[in-house]
Amino acid sequence: MAECHPVGFQWVMEAKARGAKVIHVDPRFTRTSALADVHVPLRAGSDIAFLGGIVNYVLQHEKYFRDYVVAYSNAPVILREDFRDTEDLDGVFSGLDTDTRSYDNASWQYEGTEMQAASGERDREYEERTGGGSTVAEAARGEAHGSGGAAIGEGEPERDETLSHPRCVFQVLRRHYARYTPELVEQICGVPQDLFRQVCELVTENSGRERTTAFAYSVGWTQHTVGVQYIRAAAVLQTLLGNIGRPGGGILALRGHASIQGSTDIPTLFNLLPGYIPMPHAHQNQDLEAFVRAEAARKGYWGNMRAYLVSLLKAYWGDAATAGNDFCFDYLPRLTGSHSTYETTMAQLEGACQGYFLFGENPAVGNANSRLMRLGMAQLDWLVVRDFSLIESATWWQDGPEIETGELRTQDIRTEVFFLPAAAHTEKDGSFTNTQRLLQWHHQAVEPPGEARSDLWFAYHLGRIIRQKLAGSADEMDRPVLDLAWNYPTKGEHTEPDAQAVLAEINGHDADGRPLSSYEELKGDGSTACGCWIYCGVYADGVNQAARRKPGREQDWVAAEWAWAWPANRRILNNRASADPEGRPWSERKALVWWDPDKGERGEWSGHDVPDFKKDKAPDHRPPEGATGPEALSGRDPFVMQADGKAWLYVPSGLTDGPLPAHYEPQDSPFPNLLYAQQRNPVRHLLPALPDNRYQPSGTEPGSEVFPYVATTYRLTEHHTAGGMSRWQPYLAELQPEFFCEVSPELAAERGLEHTGWATIVSARAVIEARVLVTDRMTPLRVHGRTLHQVGLPYHWGPNGYSTGDAANELVHLSLDPNTHIQETKAFAVDIRPGRRPRGPASLELVRAYRARAGIDEHTGTEP
Amino acid sequence: MGVRTWIDSWPVYRQLTGTDPLGRGAAAKSGRSARLEPRVATADRVVKSVCPYCAVGCGQNVYVQDGRVTQIEGDPDSPVSRGRLCPKGAASLQLTTGDAREHHVLYRRPYGTEWERLDLDRAMDMIADRVIEARRAGWQWEVDETRTRRTLGIASLGGATLDNEENYLIKKLFTALGAIQIENQARV
Repeated sequence: MAECHPVGFQWVMEAKARGAKVIHVDPRFTRTSALADVHVPLRAGSDIAFLGGIVNYVLQHEKYFRDYVVAYSNAPVILREDFRDTEDLDGVFSGLDTDTRSYDNASWQYEGTEMQAASGERDREYEERTGGGSTVAEAARGEAHGSGGAAIGEGEPERDETLSHPRCVFQVLRRHYARYTPELVEQICGVPQDLFRQVCELVTENSGRERTTAFAYSVGWTQHTVGVQYIRAAAVLQTLLGNIGRPGGGILALRGHASIQGSTDIPTLFNLLPGYIPMPHAHQNQDLEAFVRAEAARKGYWGNMRAYLVSLLKAYWGDAATAGNDFCFDYLPRLTGSHSTYETTMAQLEGACQGYFLFGENPAVGNANSRLMRLGMAQLDWLVVRDFSLIESATWWQDGPEIETGELRTQDIRTEVFFLPAAAHTEKDGSFTNTQRLLQWHHQAVEPPGEARSDLWFAYHLGRIIRQKLAGSADEMDRPVLDLAWNYPTKGEHTEPDAQAVLAEINGHDADGRPLSSYEELKGDGSTACGCWIYCGVYADGVNQAARRKPGREQDWVAAEWAWAWPANRRILNNRASADPEGRPWSERKALVWWDPDKGERGEWSGHDVPDFKKDKAPDHRPPEGATGPEALSGRDPFVMQADGKAWLYVPSGLTDGPLPAHYEPQDSPFPNLLYAQQRNPVRHLLPALPDNRYQPSGTEPGSEVFPYVATTYRLTEHHTAGGMSRWQPYLAELQPEFFCEVSPELAAERGLEHTGWATIVSARAVIEARVLVTDRMTPLRVHGRTLHQVGLPYHWGPNGYSTGDAANELVHLSLDPNTHIQETKAFAVDIRPGRRPRGPASLELVRAYRARAGIDEHTGTEP
Repeated sequence: MGVRTWIDSWPVYRQLTGTDPLGRGAAAKSGRSARLEPRVATADRVVKSVCPYCAVGCGQNVYVQDGRVTQIEGDPDSPVSRGRLCPKGAASLQLTTGDAREHHVLYRRPYGTEWERLDLDRAMDMIADRVIEARRAGWQWEVDETRTRRTLGIASLGGATLDNEENYLIKKLFTALGAIQIENQARV
């Protein structure tokens, strides 16, 4: 955090100055470790074993916050009799179909009920819930055909408040983690038992009524074939300790782009519509009603999905969207399986995808298996790159690595490339959503230079021109384009669209055009329009709330009048959980919101933050029989987005790879799985093992020894992601002038690597070279009874700009997390040797020779 | 320059007679450094902004003089950052005003070996034509007899460095065009 979010880290240091203990768990010793009380180096790719070990410690030593767990989590809920855990099936859960590499999650359900997850893969139970409508069987994964299927059960789940029923979640959890002992953590993670116990004690001593512990992770946790389960493991632990929804608690994702949160909330993502409404999958005879029936939860705020979706359709298609035409629901294109970045590359290689836009992203060096990304772009008819400078994704046809190896010749590449210079943040109005969900408005200072324009300008005018060209078309295909509500006021010499008018559309308005102030006002009858329901309120009263800038020093610690946080300007989510079931703070020290019986007519929620709860819903409120949506939440259901209002220790549906986190080895690992016979996540999302995307043997498989070291990629303070905003800046280039790798003195001695000399790093995909930084910040670990060396690879580089070097992402395979389709850049196996890499065709030959030595073919590493 | 001024400008004299006997402050100050003022002092305007790098969201003050950005500093008002910027945020001036930025549209024709200049309006028109054509070529009304109403012909990548309003228009337009392969840095 000190490396990648240095200014945010000042608050960690503030906490430390007040007595907080800071624990840093990372394979490397970094600037964060230097300021932490405890640094725990561990093997990259072993975090679930580590976190599972802490969960086991908490359960064994009765350190959980019992009152919180019983009242606010699903610990007391009883599971179906046919559920089988990884302990029963040696590493897999019940419902696994090895042919389709997917789980049927019917047996994961609660006894006597059915759930829909708050987000994620909500299409799984479609057929059961709609009573028909077959799905396209294209992708052999949970989100597409037939893997879902909870039997629909009505009524409340069965509970055992004593937590003793053998099939209750709490007891299942206890059995699931019973073998995650300190001895095992030491073996798998390379963390000595004493150090591990110290972490367990620090975390548990600092949790409970009076104290809370926070987990902060950078998104490296997500970059694994079990990435979602990493976060889930932290969620299980934090729920058991009562650290969610309370000040100083939580699981905090430290994200790495100015508006990466915003671009997830208002997604430029294939599987989502604004506000986490899922993009519809293809089903026969699917209308709005069937979609909502399948996707909306019965209880909680997702029960109102129809209002959110209809309001979005009204924002998209305006007057053309009417009750008579299902509010243009049919205009939404349909998914058939995954269409993520990496499938798009496959579609380019196959020739299906002909045109590609890049908006400030640099996949030629920034995406996993960068070489495949470039080869995909070389098959395009046309490519539009919008950026500040000539990044590698704009120039691969001229000077990319494949030109050097002779695989591609510039004059043979037919791709037409448009480079359009982009406006900087100082040259446009707009809002970024930061990592704590805070929308902050930045104001335009000057006009963009030359032909540089904002992406708002580009999107608006591209749409305007396309609509002009299609005007008068009677083709049904063109109706959604022509019916689109696309009238935005423009201003200035460049006819720049008014960003505030777009924000107003995102916020939403009623039938008379009045701005809405809360998503509670949204209707499913077409009388409201709202471009993103969770952002409703950011333009309340016609005022840009994101532009509020009352100085922090003039406010309390919540600083509620600085900018605006979604939802409803709430700064801590699920904060009803900061009070006990009766509505009193768990402790005065940790008070955040509470029930004030003297406020309002019959009492109201009050406190420092905006209560994440209906303000007049009393703690003793019991919903009437048959209530649905938010009305079905009782006064003691703090997790209002969940279908049962509870924090989920166990996830009955919504995840493709299991209801509980289990330790699996990374796709490419030098080690066998000590916990289960199952080596890897059985339903990990494997892209085709093309010659350029071969997987490696692991563990005890022959050939595994060819790649004996674990590599992990990361960022440096002085550079940003794939370098498009930092390698062209002389100051930053001077601070970190070229690509390097970090190795321990022991590994340097073992492989003859010299400090400041060169190293060649090889995987089954590629070979790269890097300057060598020999440092004892890299610690050799004892794993499975032997010494393991790890190789650190910052990933900012490419051949362009002032600061140059090979891209670490060249080395990475395309085996992905099955829930999120994120690549495994944080743990893979490599070889490292002294000297520079070969040039030209010889570099391809070297990779081929490694594959041959390791006996790699298209089947290697693809077993379920 | 009068004699008095001349003597006063002599650092040793000031060190012996003034408030800085160790000669480490006012006494050592030259006439030139005394006349220096921060480049932000003469700014015409200060524009409130947000750092464009990571997701912490540090506040920035953008100083504008004669229609040009002259300096970018941390905003002390921000309860997020309290005026601090990291090395990247502190390099924002170079990012936004540095000479590494391209100011013109560049075009590489099929099989071409060099960039060419292209007028922005012409580029927009050509791109619009290509979108319409690729959209049509990759159109799928149905897949396996199930309605999909979409195109695989065009795809888009990126958005995490953009504004919410920009992402909103991109998603809205591309969805209306039937494109589904819309992605950003959230997965990398």
